[in-house]
Amino acid sequence: MIAAVRDSWYMAGRHLRNLMRQPVYIALTLFQPILYLVVFSQLFKRIAQIPGFTSTSYLVFLTPGIIILNALFGTAWSGMSMIEDVDRGVIDRFLQTPVKRVSLIAGRLTQMGVTLLIQSLILVGLALLMGAHFNGGVPGILLLFLSSVMLALPFAALSNGISLMSRQQETVMAAVNFIFLPLMFLSTVFMAPNLVPGWIRAISRYNPVNWAVEAGRAAVGPNPNWAIIGSRLLLLAGLSVLCILFATRAFKTYQRSV
Amino acid sequence: MAPGTGERKEPAVVAQGLKKKYKGDVVALDGLDLEVAAGMRYGLVGPNGAGKTTTVKIMTTLTRADEGLALVSGIDVKADPDRVRKAIGVVDQRSTVDLTATARENLNLQGRVYGLKGGELKSRVSELLEQFGLTKDADRLVKGYSGGMTRRLDVALGLVHRPRVLFLDEPSTGLDPEARHALWEEIERLAGGQGMTILFTTHYLEEAERYGELVSIIDNGKVVATGTPEELKSGLRGDALLVELAGAADTEGVNRALSGIEGVSDVVLEDSRLRARAEVGARAVPRVLSELESAGILVDSVTVSRPSLDDAYLLYTGRRFAEVDRAGEEAAATTAAGGRRAKKEGGEAG
Repeated sequence: MIAAVRDSWYMAGRHLRNLMRQPVYIALTLFQPILYLVVFSQLFKRIAQIPGFTSTSYLVFLTPGIIILNALFGTAWSGMSMIEDVDRGVIDRFLQTPVKRVSLIAGRLTQMGVTLLIQSLILVGLALLMGAHFNGGVPGILLLFLSSVMLALPFAALSNGISLMSRQQETVMAAVNFIFLPLMFLSTVFMAPNLVPGWIRAISRYNPVNWAVEAGRAAVGPNPNWAIIGSRLLLLAGLSVLCILFATRAFKTYQRSV
Repeated sequence: MAPGTGERKEPAVVAQGLKKKYKGDVVALDGLDLEVAAGMRYGLVGPNGAGKTTTVKIMTTLTRADEGLALVSGIDVKADPDRVRKAIGVVDQRSTVDLTATARENLNLQGRVYGLKGGELKSRVSELLEQFGLTKDADRLVKGYSGGMTRRLDVALGLVHRPRVLFLDEPSTGLDPEARHALWEEIERLAGGQGMTILFTTHYLEEAERYGELVSIIDNGKVVATGTPEELKSGLRGDALLVELAGAADTEGVNRALSGIEGVSDVVLEDSRLRARAEVGARAVPRVLSELESAGILVDSVTVSRPSLDDAYLLYTGRRFAEVDRAGEEAAATTAAGGRRAKKEGGEAG
């Protein structure tokens, strides 16, 4: 256990250094969420006036959802960097050392978490500039960030695991589109739960993206519902453990094929 | 077949009946046996696809054999891979350095993974950078390194923790002869003082002959012969004759012409090249020439040479090395397992 944490720390160091050398990657994936935030908040501004809508400003409603989506889509890249390391033989070299396998996953997750925090700060800053006001204040925003990271962990681990097993970027991209798009639309990212069709609401209950959106939205809203925040984060934590186990096991599948 | 080297220590590497099949029933290893004495420099030679790399992958815990026993320093690689990993250093056939980091960062991380820290790590890394002539470029990103520098860093990475057994899979791939020689000098210097065992693979016969104290010839996933380069060659009687003919000749005619000459055997004709074995080369030449002439076969030149490992390969496998190697390369390119192999081939060509 101690060895796993220590090795993860070393591996995280490697990935964070890479990030510092190429900070442009932080900006690269931000285009889509910024577009969503700016365009949708204007396009659907009037939604907030629908009777029964849960927020008085669509921008305030949308921002947590966009931050969660940004976390979701960013995770695809985590798998890409794994494939790159496999192709360059770096993974094989580490697998021939006593390094703990989980650290090869955890190091990447750390880098992704740091990237996400910076991106989320930019997105929230943008929302504030556009006139959003979050009742939850700074603690609420920090909890929103935590929710986004908690969503990214399982999906980044999944993306790493699939990458190790398939070793092909195309496969990972296809899997990502196949999984991510439905998760995005079968949620309450864009519309309040009481206004979406019943079947979508039913599905969204089992949708991890929705867990993160619910937790994050509750955290920045007035009178946070701690039961919602706590239970959703707990669910995400459980899912993270499962997915990290899966990704660590994926090394075995990978090693059978080399 | 094992030579009498009189080793007292436990063998550093043992393989018994290793078998491995890849997807699509491609047989990589077909009952490979191997024993490498501690402190020895041991070469595995064979064409591409013979099973050398698979052997290294199994011994270094990267992949598992379907059957058979593999021990490194007496430790079972299947039962206790982590202990094996601490004892070994590996240099893969292609570079495995992190291009987005500097040489020092690469070495630091590799050292930490083996538990080196603080001042000990720092001095070990500086020492290796110095030994491999990388001090000046230690803090530059590896991306900008030449092929030779990257290769030296690869070897340095394999040595960070002073392994007992070093595996070098095709260490000189992609290096020009000069750089290859320099790399081997470095390896010999480092290994000599520390009693390190080195198991290397190569598909250059000269490399095996020159740097291997003991050599095993691998063919179709099996060891077909083992011995010192001298021993392997002495399995060949006499000298090698190479006759360049003025034009293509037919095998039957050549065989008929040479069949009567005493002490000449193993006649092989490839287009206009005739190879044969002669007990005493110099004595055979005049007879060979006159018999060919009277059969109406014109000769351009004749060369007599002491047998090479190439000839030994022919003896033990019944095939010429260069051809098999080429065929193996083509087969590897077409049956490339997964994207990685294909990319690698492409990368080397580019």
